Amino acid sequence: MTKLKTFRIGGIHPNKYKITTDSPIIDAGLPDIVTIPVKQHIGAPAKILVQKGDKVKVGTLLADADGIVSSDVHSSVSGEILKIEETEGEFGYLEKMITIKVEGDDWAPSINRSDDIIREIPFSAEEIIAKIREAGIVGMGGAGYPTPIKTTIPENRKIDFLIINGIECEPFLTADDRLMVEKAEQIVIGAKILNKALGIQNAIIAVDENKPHAVEILSRLSKSYIGVNVQVCATKYPQGGEKQLINAVTGREVPSGKLPADAGCIVQNVGTVNAVYEAVLKNKPLFERIVTVSGDACLHPANFRVRVGTPASFLIEKCGGLTENTAQVIFGGPMMGTSAFNINAPVTKLTSGILLLSDKLAHKAPAGDCIRCAKCVEVCPVGLQPFMIGRLVRAGMLEETREFHPLDCIECGCCAFTCPAHLPLLDYCKLAKAELKRKK
Amino acid sequence: MENIILLSILVLGGIALIASVILYFVSQKCAVEEDTRVAEIENLLPQANCGACGKAGCHDFAVACAAADAKTFSNLFCPVGGASVMGKIAALLGYQTTAKEPTLAVLRCNGTCQNAPAKIIYDGIDSCRIAAGISSGQSGCPNGCLRLGDCVKVCKFGALSINPQTGIPVVDEEKCTSCGACVKTCPRGLFEIRPRGRDGNRVYVACRNTQKGALARKNCAVACIGCMKCTKINPEITVADNLSYIPAGVSADQYGEALVKACPTGAIVCTGKQTPEEKAHD
Amino acid sequence: MLKISTAPHLTTNRDTRALMTDVIIALIPAALVAVLFFGLAALKVILTAVAGCVLFEYLAGRYWFKTGNTTRDGSAVITGLLLAFNLPSSMPVLMILCGCFMAIVVAKLCYGGLGKNIFNPALVGRVFLFISFPVQMTTWPKPEFLNLWSFDAQTGATTLGILKHLDASTSATALVQGTSAESIPAYWQMFVGYTGGCLGEVSALALLIGFVYMLWRKVITWHIPFYYMATVFVITAVMWLLTKDVRYEPLTHLLSGGLILGAVFMATDYTTSPMTKNAQILYAVGCGVLTIVIRLWSAYPEGVSFAILIMNALVPLMDKYAKPRFYGSRR
Repeated sequence: MTKLKTFRIGGIHPNKYKITTDSPIIDAGLPDIVTIPVKQHIGAPAKILVQKGDKVKVGTLLADADGIVSSDVHSSVSGEILKIEETEGEFGYLEKMITIKVEGDDWAPSINRSDDIIREIPFSAEEIIAKIREAGIVGMGGAGYPTPIKTTIPENRKIDFLIINGIECEPFLTADDRLMVEKAEQIVIGAKILNKALGIQNAIIAVDENKPHAVEILSRLSKSYIGVNVQVCATKYPQGGEKQLINAVTGREVPSGKLPADAGCIVQNVGTVNAVYEAVLKNKPLFERIVTVSGDACLHPANFRVRVGTPASFLIEKCGGLTENTAQVIFGGPMMGTSAFNINAPVTKLTSGILLLSDKLAHKAPAGDCIRCAKCVEVCPVGLQPFMIGRLVRAGMLEETREFHPLDCIECGCCAFTCPAHLPLLDYCKLAKAELKRKK
Repeated sequence: MENIILLSILVLGGIALIASVILYFVSQKCAVEEDTRVAEIENLLPQANCGACGKAGCHDFAVACAAADAKTFSNLFCPVGGASVMGKIAALLGYQTTAKEPTLAVLRCNGTCQNAPAKIIYDGIDSCRIAAGISSGQSGCPNGCLRLGDCVKVCKFGALSINPQTGIPVVDEEKCTSCGACVKTCPRGLFEIRPRGRDGNRVYVACRNTQKGALARKNCAVACIGCMKCTKINPEITVADNLSYIPAGVSADQYGEALVKACPTGAIVCTGKQTPEEKAHD
Repeated sequence: MLKISTAPHLTTNRDTRALMTDVIIALIPAALVAVLFFGLAALKVILTAVAGCVLFEYLAGRYWFKTGNTTRDGSAVITGLLLAFNLPSSMPVLMILCGCFMAIVVAKLCYGGLGKNIFNPALVGRVFLFISFPVQMTTWPKPEFLNLWSFDAQTGATTLGILKHLDASTSATALVQGTSAESIPAYWQMFVGYTGGCLGEVSALALLIGFVYMLWRKVITWHIPFYYMATVFVITAVMWLLTKDVRYEPLTHLLSGGLILGAVFMATDYTTSPMTKNAQILYAVGCGVLTIVIRLWSAYPEGVSFAILIMNALVPLMDKYAKPRFYGSRR
């Protein structure tokens, strides 16, 4: 057996907890009310085009991208707009959101709702990018970087690799896994569309070995599609990180402080690629996504197809409700996700999972003293020395952390995960980052 | 035997000679010329190296003082040493000082554990900045005190401490030098350097919440709801973003009691004077 | 009420205590061999050292440094075991306790406790005893298989002691009884541990079992032990090939003395070894070179303790300057 590809430095093997691997994606249904944030991406919030009282259909444009780094936002339901105001979001901070009362399920006529798979791509690169922009597609892996910018390659760069990220290295989450199993052909065609948009010949779908079902289906399909290959990678966290995946698949490194395009690579999440397929060939804007609801305190874990704006509490109810031993509700994965302050906050384009964790898993043991075991150095996928950053931050010497490069930290949490003294190394690193960014 | 003694003396003496020559030239080459007044000024300074004056430390401040002319000197001020230290420096340099009103840091939040009860358990490191990054705080007020004491850690004079009953920091008026470290550190910008006021009488709005009235009150009993009642008592008071601000110019002696009485939520605080309830209590 | 906390929300259950427990388990084979060959006298030394270290850690932490009870993390047990492994089985109890005091109180707690000490506590304890009580520390009872009641066993020289005497014999001084080249134990004897020496250092086999266990449990990485032993082996091999002198025999050097114990358990001590891979390799090679220099050209037959202690002092410097290349930095 040949050695599977993986990134060069660091990495950890946390317990996988992939409870929902074999649960098929089910439709979550429609809640009574959805709240759609106008900022579900990196960059400027979208400009609101609708008013209170307007009737909207599924797929109606609600807010328009404001500038280049921004993204369109579409309605995910049909009904009446109740209010457009600052509403408490996931963290308890106020965010501008559009609240819609759901009435029926009336889709915009332009959307092709049939299940037939379209294999012809009758568009030019510019047309494809325009369609991606109109559909409001953003990176669905979690970063939320608008996809049209990523697919528009500056003149002076040459892209050699398009990598489709099907790694999903976070414990518990299975949304991408299920998507690859159920929508394999759509993803492969989506990859071909992106090939065309980028003007390159080859796309690599990277899947890790703990998803044998997805690997099998995609490998079979890729044989009949020229220009799409499947690369099986070893399972290691944080392989799904953009920089780590580039290193794993191509052996290249993204230069410090630069973008993947500087290393000749573009990475797109499988969810994004599926959305690209739907947008380009089915005229369907991005208004729904796959969400894994799981966790050790969740009664009936499942994978859902969810309309953007659906309250998290609606999904939690569907899975048996907030159980007594739920200590934390996490949006996203347990390694990089955020704990929710407000569980009525809506699912956005970026929410890959909602996890109910019991105190047993989410317990934070009190921090001890660093025993200099060097495990944080060993596991850091960037090759930093988290212990040193932590030591300096604890001593209040934030400026001095610069020579240990905290700005290159990808915030994967490997250091804090592995620390036998339970030191909050990632928090220290974030503090150093914030200070250095402020001083820059 | 004699040879050995002689040799040792020669070798050691030679090394000493060479070393002293090197040292002499190095000290000549690397000597730093400095205004002799700098050291004198530095001796007058409190040596807290807090950076409140805007310079990197007391030495830097002394250098700046020595280099300043009469006009630029008036821009230099050591908040820690205060008027007395600046007077001494001015006397040394032969300049005039401008009198500055004594100030101190004031916490503009009254979101105690009682007024703004916790809705959630924060399980993380004691850092307001980190806590602000992952939530609006235990009480849910997006502008309120996070109660984790970043200000306490940064205060070099021990003037700040968290009151275990209320959960929020308390300023020790005796110790506060109004260096401004807490102002810079607080991620919510809750501290303000204000004049101490006559007899310690100060009146200010102890709230920074910019949410609309109902939302603000949901999280905290003593939030400012921007009701404009205080502006009717003194027109200098401004309300912006649902939040009132009482400028330092508004006399606490004159308006303090009226303002406290007018405020429907109790967001306005008047120090120094006893409130009617306290009077009754005594 | 729900809790909120920062990512990552999962953490490993391998805490300090779990890691230390694994090290203790890895030390057990060597302890068994010691009892097997040196009898109950060895057990007495081991128990005294462990009890002494834990007791001093508890008392000093509680009444002197006021750091509370720090014995729970298990590091004092390891220090005690390692100290015992560095002593001959005939060591008097009071002297062992002196060593425990030096190791725990002076070398560890005075620096601020676990994680802050500069020098390996067990080695400080050993070197202190070695300098203070040289006679007792160099009286090596001969191994006797399964003779448990061996409190008055015969004594003899260690392999390295014999090599040192061979050195002297070339300059035509009188040969000490039983220190000719023929009395060097066979490789198998050194490998299983049927040879004179300190309790824990005699059996290469038992120590390697512990090493493999620690590798499997991911307590340590292979770098420091490998580079340490490889350096010693390579230097002695080159010298042996050049001179064909029995004193440079590389396998003898590898298997005798405290080299394997030092390389696997002492040089890899978390607190006193470097954090980055580059620095770890530098440190291990430095330990190897110093060990050979002391063994071959100094008055002492064995140099592992001094070599590691000297390199310990350089660790902060190496950590600062041997930073690894990080992802995306210029090559």
